[in-house]
Amino acid sequence: MKFAVIVFPGSNCDRDMYFAVKDQLGAEADLVWYKEANLANYDGILLPGGFSYGDYLRSGAIASTSDVITQIREAAEAGKPVLGVCNGFQILLEMGLLPGAMLPNEKLKFMCHYETLTVENADTMFTRQYEEKEKIQIPIAHGDGNYFCDEETLQKLQNNKQIVFTYDQNPNGSVGDIAGITNEKGNVLGMMPHPERAVEALLGHDDGLRLFQSILTHWREHHAINA
Amino acid sequence: MPSMLEISPEQIEEQHVYREMGLKDDEYASIRSILGRRPNYTETGLFSVMWSEHCSYKNSKPLLKKFPTEGSHVLQGPGEGAGIIDIGDDQAVVFKIESHNHPSGVEPYQGAATGVGGILRDVFSMGARPIALLNSLRFGSLQQPRVKYLFEEVVRGIAGYGNCVGVPTVGGEVQFDDAYNGNPLVNAMCVGLIDHKDIQKGIAAGIGNTVMYVGAKTGRDGIHGATFASEELSEESEEKRPSVQVGDPFMEKLLIEACLDVIQHDALVGIQDMGAAGLTSSASEMASKAGTGMTMNLDHIPQREENMTAYEMMLSESQERMLLVVEKGREEEIAKVFRKYNLEAVAVGEVTDTKRFCLEHHGEVVADVPVDSLAEDAPVYHQPSRIPAYYEEFQRMENYIPKITDYRETLVNLLKQPTIASKEWVYDQYDSMVQTNTVVTPGSDAAVLRVRGTNKALAMTTDCNSRYLYVDPEVGGKIAVAEAARNIVCSGGRPLGITDGLNFGSPENPEIFWQMEKSVDGMSEACRNLETPVIGGNVSLYNESFGGQAIYPTPIVGMVGLIDDVKHITRSHAQHAGDLIYVIGETNAEFGGSELQGMLEGKHFGKAPSLDLKIEYNRQKQLLTAIRAGLVVSAHDVSEGGLSVALAEKLFENEFGCEVTLEGEPVTALFSESQSRFIVTIAPEQKDAFEQSVTDARLIGTVTENGVYRIKQEGVVLEEKTSVLKEAWKGAIGCLVKSKV
Repeated sequence: MKFAVIVFPGSNCDRDMYFAVKDQLGAEADLVWYKEANLANYDGILLPGGFSYGDYLRSGAIASTSDVITQIREAAEAGKPVLGVCNGFQILLEMGLLPGAMLPNEKLKFMCHYETLTVENADTMFTRQYEEKEKIQIPIAHGDGNYFCDEETLQKLQNNKQIVFTYDQNPNGSVGDIAGITNEKGNVLGMMPHPERAVEALLGHDDGLRLFQSILTHWREHHAINA
Repeated sequence: MPSMLEISPEQIEEQHVYREMGLKDDEYASIRSILGRRPNYTETGLFSVMWSEHCSYKNSKPLLKKFPTEGSHVLQGPGEGAGIIDIGDDQAVVFKIESHNHPSGVEPYQGAATGVGGILRDVFSMGARPIALLNSLRFGSLQQPRVKYLFEEVVRGIAGYGNCVGVPTVGGEVQFDDAYNGNPLVNAMCVGLIDHKDIQKGIAAGIGNTVMYVGAKTGRDGIHGATFASEELSEESEEKRPSVQVGDPFMEKLLIEACLDVIQHDALVGIQDMGAAGLTSSASEMASKAGTGMTMNLDHIPQREENMTAYEMMLSESQERMLLVVEKGREEEIAKVFRKYNLEAVAVGEVTDTKRFCLEHHGEVVADVPVDSLAEDAPVYHQPSRIPAYYEEFQRMENYIPKITDYRETLVNLLKQPTIASKEWVYDQYDSMVQTNTVVTPGSDAAVLRVRGTNKALAMTTDCNSRYLYVDPEVGGKIAVAEAARNIVCSGGRPLGITDGLNFGSPENPEIFWQMEKSVDGMSEACRNLETPVIGGNVSLYNESFGGQAIYPTPIVGMVGLIDDVKHITRSHAQHAGDLIYVIGETNAEFGGSELQGMLEGKHFGKAPSLDLKIEYNRQKQLLTAIRAGLVVSAHDVSEGGLSVALAEKLFENEFGCEVTLEGEPVTALFSESQSRFIVTIAPEQKDAFEQSVTDARLIGTVTENGVYRIKQEGVVLEEKTSVLKEAWKGAIGCLVKSKV
């Protein structure tokens, strides 16, 4: 399985994502500059965190208008796994692949620390290696991580089991303590916490590694059936 | 056209216009004699910034020479953008600290943000990828509304810039004292990692080669920033807000990536950032270092505003700009590298053999001066020095021992002092984990980052207890270096070297100059004894505010250490109940400049705690050997607030308790700030091996499961739940910030 880590001007967790996939997961990965992307050759798309375009206008807003977005949309429609973390999540919201919007943190400050998350849905291609309701430690690092959607959308997210991760102690004011959601089909995941920062015990925790392993095992099974 | 509006050379001399630019009469006279004519307005501007203290170190040079700067592992000492130290495997660590005090005093958000931006450029212009940021901050009392504002905005500015560029802010220190009420200190440090083959120099070599300008356009911001930084803050400083630059971290991020690409290109000859004194200093220094000259055509400088004069362009401190020298005829190859990142690289000049710095604008020569006269010929002042009366008085005083009745209450109050209290309110706003190398995050003695792809790790810290430096600058200077080294050793590292951020008042005041001299003497002696050469740094003088109130002497030590194997990484917090607690080192009644003295008396006086550098060195060596042998579970140095505070800090993370017995006079045993002490925890089965390895260690008790902090001391008992102590310590700064004054 081969992953593309999309690099926008101002992305800054791109290398972290790349190393997580390559060194810890043991899969193939390329850093793909947004202007030179040909995503047809990749099996999974990773949108890393950072400050694409300096967060100017709104976090993720300018990146969501770049040419590569069409290819990301195609990959999502083709059922390929698309993971957006932090700024990647913000881009997915801005391009409309996921519902809702991101507001500044309730306390209007950037914050960086570990949070306890609950795995609300362990039946997705991103979470199958976790137990339902399992508590995991994943760090956050954001200023605009206050997820917002209207009541109707929230209901839909709940009914379709699209809410994948919630915070145990809501740090930013997100509706429904939401830390991560998928699209209806379940192949696009956006999350504010950084799983790629929690893939080695040396750096504190490795709870994030199973997220990447879930993608890989799902792909292998799917691939085997097709073959 | 614009030059015609400028004041004539005659007027500059007759009306002493140069004084407004910060030049003294005799400095103007020597410029006149260097040129053999009167300098024009632009030329006067060039000299005024290059001869400012900030760029020329004219007042501090004689002192800086005292620092030991050499060592077998030093690859680059002072003189380039940042110093470099070998860490084996053809890798090296690059680091430097720099102040941004004056800008932060008037415009705290941008002042602090651009301080971070500037120090990053110093490091990546050497060819290194920046891997960590640290800072050292000083503020006045948080009871004052303006101080609160400065504190909140400085932290927000550091976060705003560092988080965006994707370099983790992993450590630092914040202290609060009335001495900084009118003049905060904001020192930023950057650490980079480099392969030996990639090391760059800021030189304009090769006659005929092309000078290229890269990055943000030049605007009118920051004009005369270097001169502004070389005078006292005053009522008029508010008017100098336009002297403060505005940062764009997004541009910086693009520059980092583009410059790290371009250093791999063989057409690149030299690269330097445009820091203080902008285009003037980068261009003239690059030529001076290479023994060449340079001509630039200012018409080609990318400009953000219309009708900028030569003077404005040359003195602008607009941020996120770099100057490159590239092989003639290969400009397009270099421009292509930058174009990927939507950055323009523009040819603006040429390297010449004239040793002159020649500027053209609108078809006229607007400046033509010997290049070395700007970069090398600034006057050097040997300022008079005088022992302050206060110091002599302090030396004569009887030893001060505070009177305490309630030990528990005293401990709680100490833990609430903002200098001791948890800095989580600050560092939670910094992304400390990006780049995924941070093993020990903020809140321990030193930050630790692994070196990806190796077994090695780097420990890094900033330290300076300026109270000790105030009561005794020489001893305080020694302590600052020793304390930094203790923090590195506690983390499992061998200290490699330091960068220093020397912050003082006006050198023209003989008593301040005496503080500078003595501080440097003390630091130099400590550096020699602890084998930590000074590989670079920064001097910030004139840190005085309204009414001539100078700051405490604050020479900040930024230190980096090498951890040979990630297995040796040691944290400051106790890890297991049942472990034995040891104190290493003697405790005497030493309260001069202590936290307790400041808390009880509202001032600092008396003698500083004594320090024997031989004992310090041997003790650090023994402890490091024990850590490397796997005998030590956790290690923490004893600093502000003494043993009782250090012990509490060790227990907070896991909310353990302790059962400890201390000997000697209670106030001294609990709160004295005697130096060269450590508090460590050891697994019981390692008792004999540890005691043989560390000869000055004394068993004082055990870590307990019950969460009760309990010290028995000559019939007195200090007892409190760890959670209660932690609450006081953890919430104090947040409370002070929120409280309405």
